[in-house]
Amino acid sequence: MIHFSQVHKVYPNGHEALKRITFRLDDTEIAFLTGHSGAGKSTLLRLITLTERPTRGQIVVNDKNLTKLPRSKIPYLRRDVGVVFQDHKLLYDRTVFDNVGLPLVVSGIGHRDTARRVRAALDKVGLLNRENVYPITLSGGEQQRVGIARAVVNRPRLLLADEPTGNLDPELADEIMDLFLQFNQHGVTVLIATHDRRHIDRLRKRVLLLKDAELIRDSA
Amino acid sequence: MTNYLLRHLQVLFFSFGQLVRTPLSSALGISVLGIALALPCGLYVLVTNAKSISLQWQGRPQVSLFLNLEITDAQTRALVEQIKKYTEVSEVKYVPAHAALEEFKALSGFGDALEAIGGNPLPSVLIVKPTEDASTPIALQHLVEKLHDSDKVDLAQLDLEWVQRLHAMIRLSQRGVILLAVLLGLAVVVIISNTIRLAIFNRRDEIEIISLIGGTEAFIQRPFLYAGWILGVLGALFALMLVSLSLWLMSGPIEDLAKLYGSNFELKGLGVRPAALLVVIAGTLGWVASRITVGLHLDRLYST
Repeated sequence: MIHFSQVHKVYPNGHEALKRITFRLDDTEIAFLTGHSGAGKSTLLRLITLTERPTRGQIVVNDKNLTKLPRSKIPYLRRDVGVVFQDHKLLYDRTVFDNVGLPLVVSGIGHRDTARRVRAALDKVGLLNRENVYPITLSGGEQQRVGIARAVVNRPRLLLADEPTGNLDPELADEIMDLFLQFNQHGVTVLIATHDRRHIDRLRKRVLLLKDAELIRDSA
Repeated sequence: MTNYLLRHLQVLFFSFGQLVRTPLSSALGISVLGIALALPCGLYVLVTNAKSISLQWQGRPQVSLFLNLEITDAQTRALVEQIKKYTEVSEVKYVPAHAALEEFKALSGFGDALEAIGGNPLPSVLIVKPTEDASTPIALQHLVEKLHDSDKVDLAQLDLEWVQRLHAMIRLSQRGVILLAVLLGLAVVVIISNTIRLAIFNRRDEIEIISLIGGTEAFIQRPFLYAGWILGVLGALFALMLVSLSLWLMSGPIEDLAKLYGSNFELKGLGVRPAALLVVIAGTLGWVASRITVGLHLDRLYST
């Protein structure tokens, strides 16, 4: 599903964000990507959706070699990968329904199909009754669940999460993590970046540990 | 296909809605565009009207032949018949000396002075109108020489110079209008570009999110392209309103003025085709301006 080999990322200002990263995440696997802040977790996730390009090395996602993927094909890569952001990245001038439906609108899916799939996604995250409210009226945990619903509404085979529980209290954070586990049990490959040891210890899944831009431990 | 059209319509209404949401800045932008577009349009209308005046009053040049004072009526008639046979000539008008005197008395106000002179100091005049083919400056020159050749003609005067000057001035102003139109067209591009830049800035979060969840560049561009197009079209419509309003305000006084010159000249508007052309051009300029601006901005969102 994801295959990194000898990936380097150097920013134009000379900062080395990732060095010699090599790992493989197979279909239906779940893994935590961890390390101190600034270790390169976010950069690694950004490479998978080609928000950034690697300086060297090869990345294969969903059997697509990203090194050779032209700019015009990037949107189609992103449609196959659901991403959950720490700051939710919701549109606050649109309802929960419209936020979750955005990936379907963007993909040109018809209105009726959109409504059905948005409700299914909201149902999975337990927000079915909130579809007509604006995100600003929701709590942080609920907003993050809207973000998750949006990430899965396209039924992607790969789900990425960048510090999805960063701003939540422990109880809500556990609920969010359990949601990711559920998706994984339904066959979705999941990669979660987090610096919170608590989840790692509690859930006992594969861990990729980054330190100073290098992958120093892979528990698999 | 219907789905595709429907989506485009949705985006069009969405873009329109975005403009309506910020009525003040939209109105300001459209006013500036309208004024910028109205200037070349107004000048175009003026030049077109000037051209029609020159055609109406002096469509073709004419040659005035002042005849020798001594020739008889019979000789004059023979001369008229002779000139009429020239292939270059389409019409000859004979103004006998006594008619010329009556006209002069009536128009100049020197009637009493003329009474005092006694007798008629004015010659008979033949007004010769050349055919269209013979109206080029060189052909006219030949015709004048040919007409002057007769010893019955004292003076052959070509009323051409002022026509040539007028035509030259009209050509100059037409060139000026084109230059001004190009400059103000550029201004339109800059104005719309700036408006779109602000719109992009206001919706940068939305643009970023759409790009992150797999929106294509075309999808992101579309509402801005429509917005640019709408701005251009509304600006053009506003310009047409301004021009019509100005024409309406000016038409009364101009007709009065024309009447004083004994003409039934009427101020002509821009015309349907030029107006439609203005709307199309302004819409296209808006689209292009928006396209350039959004293109520059999108480079940031997609790694290359």
